[in-house]
Amino acid sequence: MPTGLSRISTKDFDYWAALHLLQRAGFGGTPSQVFELKKKGPEDAVDHLLEFEQVEDGGVNAKVEGRFDNDIMRSLTADERRQRNQARKNGNEAVLERFRNERQKRQRADRRQLAELQSWWMARMIETRRPFQEKMTLFLHGHFATGYRAVEDSYHMFKQNELFRSNVTGNFRDDLVRNIIRDPAMIKYLNNNQNSRRAPNENLARELMELFTLGEGRGYTEQDIKQGARALTGYTYRDDEFQFNAGNHDDEMKVIFGKRDKWDGDDFVDLIFARSSASEFICEKLYRFYVNDSSSTLEGPARSVVRQMAKTFKADNFELKPVLRKLFLSRHFYDESNRSAIIKSPVQLVVQAIRSLGAPVRDVPRIVQSCSLMGQDLFKPPSVKGWDGGRKWINTSTLFTRQNTLIYLLTGRMPGSKPWDNNSSEFDARHLLEHLRELTDRDREHDAVVYLSRFVIGTVPEEKRLVEWVDYVRERGGIDDNPTIINLLALMTAAPEYQLC
Amino acid sequence: MTDSTQHPWSRRLFIRQGMALASLATTTPLFIQQTAEGVMIPIGSALSSIPGMPQDRILVIVQMSGGNDGLNTVVPYGLDDYYRLRPTIGLKKPGSGADAALQLNQAQGIGLNPAFSGLQELMDSGVASIVQGVGYPNPNRSHFSSMDIWHTGNPDGRRGNGWLGRYFDNACGGTPNPEIGISLGSDSPLAMQGDQVMPVNFESADLYRWMGEDLDKGLNRPYGNVGDQNSLNESSDQLAFLKRTSMDAQLSSQKVRKAVAQQPLSTYPGGTLSNQLRMIAAMIRSEMPTRVYYASMGGFDTHANQAGQHGRLLRQAGDSLKSFYEDIKAQGNQKRVLTMVFSEFGRRVPQNASNGTDHGTAAPMYFIGDMVEPGVHGTHPSLSNLDNGDLRFTTDFRSCYAEVLDNWMGADSKDVLGRKWKPTKIIKTT
Repeated sequence: MPTGLSRISTKDFDYWAALHLLQRAGFGGTPSQVFELKKKGPEDAVDHLLEFEQVEDGGVNAKVEGRFDNDIMRSLTADERRQRNQARKNGNEAVLERFRNERQKRQRADRRQLAELQSWWMARMIETRRPFQEKMTLFLHGHFATGYRAVEDSYHMFKQNELFRSNVTGNFRDDLVRNIIRDPAMIKYLNNNQNSRRAPNENLARELMELFTLGEGRGYTEQDIKQGARALTGYTYRDDEFQFNAGNHDDEMKVIFGKRDKWDGDDFVDLIFARSSASEFICEKLYRFYVNDSSSTLEGPARSVVRQMAKTFKADNFELKPVLRKLFLSRHFYDESNRSAIIKSPVQLVVQAIRSLGAPVRDVPRIVQSCSLMGQDLFKPPSVKGWDGGRKWINTSTLFTRQNTLIYLLTGRMPGSKPWDNNSSEFDARHLLEHLRELTDRDREHDAVVYLSRFVIGTVPEEKRLVEWVDYVRERGGIDDNPTIINLLALMTAAPEYQLC
Repeated sequence: MTDSTQHPWSRRLFIRQGMALASLATTTPLFIQQTAEGVMIPIGSALSSIPGMPQDRILVIVQMSGGNDGLNTVVPYGLDDYYRLRPTIGLKKPGSGADAALQLNQAQGIGLNPAFSGLQELMDSGVASIVQGVGYPNPNRSHFSSMDIWHTGNPDGRRGNGWLGRYFDNACGGTPNPEIGISLGSDSPLAMQGDQVMPVNFESADLYRWMGEDLDKGLNRPYGNVGDQNSLNESSDQLAFLKRTSMDAQLSSQKVRKAVAQQPLSTYPGGTLSNQLRMIAAMIRSEMPTRVYYASMGGFDTHANQAGQHGRLLRQAGDSLKSFYEDIKAQGNQKRVLTMVFSEFGRRVPQNASNGTDHGTAAPMYFIGDMVEPGVHGTHPSLSNLDNGDLRFTTDFRSCYAEVLDNWMGADSKDVLGRKWKPTKIIKTT
């Protein structure tokens, strides 16, 4: 197995390699899209994904402005605060009740907007012409995990999502980490609005090192957390913007990583990135997300690739694009052992299904809800650790939900709905076999099943299972009938192999 | 009569059946293998034996979502403040007409909402208890935040896992039985999420299956064959893990659907909670290896004109709980099943301007089962010494969790709750 980041040759960048790249750096694509990507050759294919600004976005960005209301959870005006305090003092229950009701009304409206935001992002992942941008945004959402329930402001969640989206190929230290300590949603989520020189709150300082940059116990002490928290005092927000509250900031001397000065938040970030564990920890997370998440510890070739990534990352001053470009062009990335080595997240499962099978989008809020049932509720990660991913996605009930969600995408059939009509699907799946005609018609059923199987599940099952699938197609009278293809797809998407990508 | 009454608390039957099924396939499902290898620590093993108390106990959680009005469920009719603060929605003293409160404890001046007669019957039979004034410090009045606090067992609400999930993680080292926790309903409760365990969750048994068979029965055979994975090493191979889980899912689905298809041994009133409890009783009767079941019922957010609505909710809840108990008793399982009922908060003491009540704080919890120390426990919160119009809690909910963990599940509550809480007396000790 290639242990370094040596490059894949144009010859080795075949159809299946292009499919692998499109699934990992994006959400997969139709057979025709995969052919297009393959024809570009490895360099141009990777550039096509990473240099996404060159791809016309279909007007998606223009539609973002004003899409979400920033006023729903606005804080009380000075006048309103005065009224409420007055009512508290006088025990005026009627006024207090009005304030409570008003707040509850706004919270309900905000939860509705959060649901809209979830659907908006899901639709964007399904439709985008810049799949890497959304895939990396999803990575960053899981990395800098922030949960709506504690933030209670859908607009701040949206703003954070846009922060990620606009920096997916940016500088990890300067564009992402420096901005995340100024991000209203994160500040609220990790209580940094309560972090003042009189009463320091360590939450953000701790997670900044443990989860966002260095990794648990890797190159910092409890003392560094305490001192780092002091550096972050006064970093708060007002309405929708970051605010530096000088009155709450501790501008005395602090000792962080043994260095003594009047450090502030940005200094703290710079000090963190001077530690050697920073680049390695972040590259490890990138590796698990993009290359292989099957083992809990990275050893052998995987470890050595992560080390080389970390070296590149550091040498390039924590720019994301160069390290990802090297990774996506490496022979290691395409190695057989790294194909089908990641358990799809629920979002990957549904978005890839729609994009690669060309299935109808159907009802986006329902798709969002399915993902939540499968354990991935967008904007509501289970904790600041994000989603554990890997095998944690799978148990007996989520497996059925995964399989049945695919049936919904293929057929429009919802759980419990009857009667069943084979022709009601509105999904013409025959396009998936377009390229098969050029390949062969020696044993059409057999070849079609093998071809579809490789495209849909990334591999061909054991001979005995393959025969059963081919027999099924023969019993139905051949592969040219649309309902038969759809039934076959239902079978393939229910296979254990389909959970991998 | 049934297998479960012949083998009242034996998991062996299930293992035998599971093995028979599994031997037809090329692979042994993960959980059966592990149960057979004794990886699972039997629940209750950490507990000294109490005469008459079975070792393999089951906990059933019933969640009343929306904030059940504790003061109109367990009615402090002896306190004048109750009628002063709730002039139109306050329930009349027992014996003063058809819609008056039911007598519960005359000495304490406490009654029950007349619609909650199901619970009163269980109380009269000595198989139910009420713990009064349960809450936690610095109460949170948001449904979501307060529910998270109850689910995590942590008022900071930042922990990503639930108290039962941590119990699963602790009680079943390594990969646990996938069916150790089953929740019914559309959402998988945070309470059951562990670091290693994600609970099995389904809305109805009919959804706990692959729907592809509805497309064409001919798909069943190829679907059932997930292939051979004996040559694969599960610890390093994702596919081997997925194949095993697929097998587990197929077997589990057959088992659950077979269980739920049985006729219940009592009559259920119908409704969401009733259906969930009926399914749970059926699964208990079928000797599923499940130790915690989770059911829930919504609609308790009674901000306006609450009288009729609240009555209907309590009627459904009480009657469902009673039918469930009777079903369990007819199975002979009443000593091994403990049911715990809670809501994320109670409601404010004064009624609001719309004949309803707003989000409040402390409220009672309810426990049902033959091993429950019956009666009304704890102290009713004062209605005169209020915290800004809200009740001050008298029992921390974590004391109740501690009791359930230590004295019912046989776990160490300190491992689960992060510290030792003085258990609230709920379970019989003699």
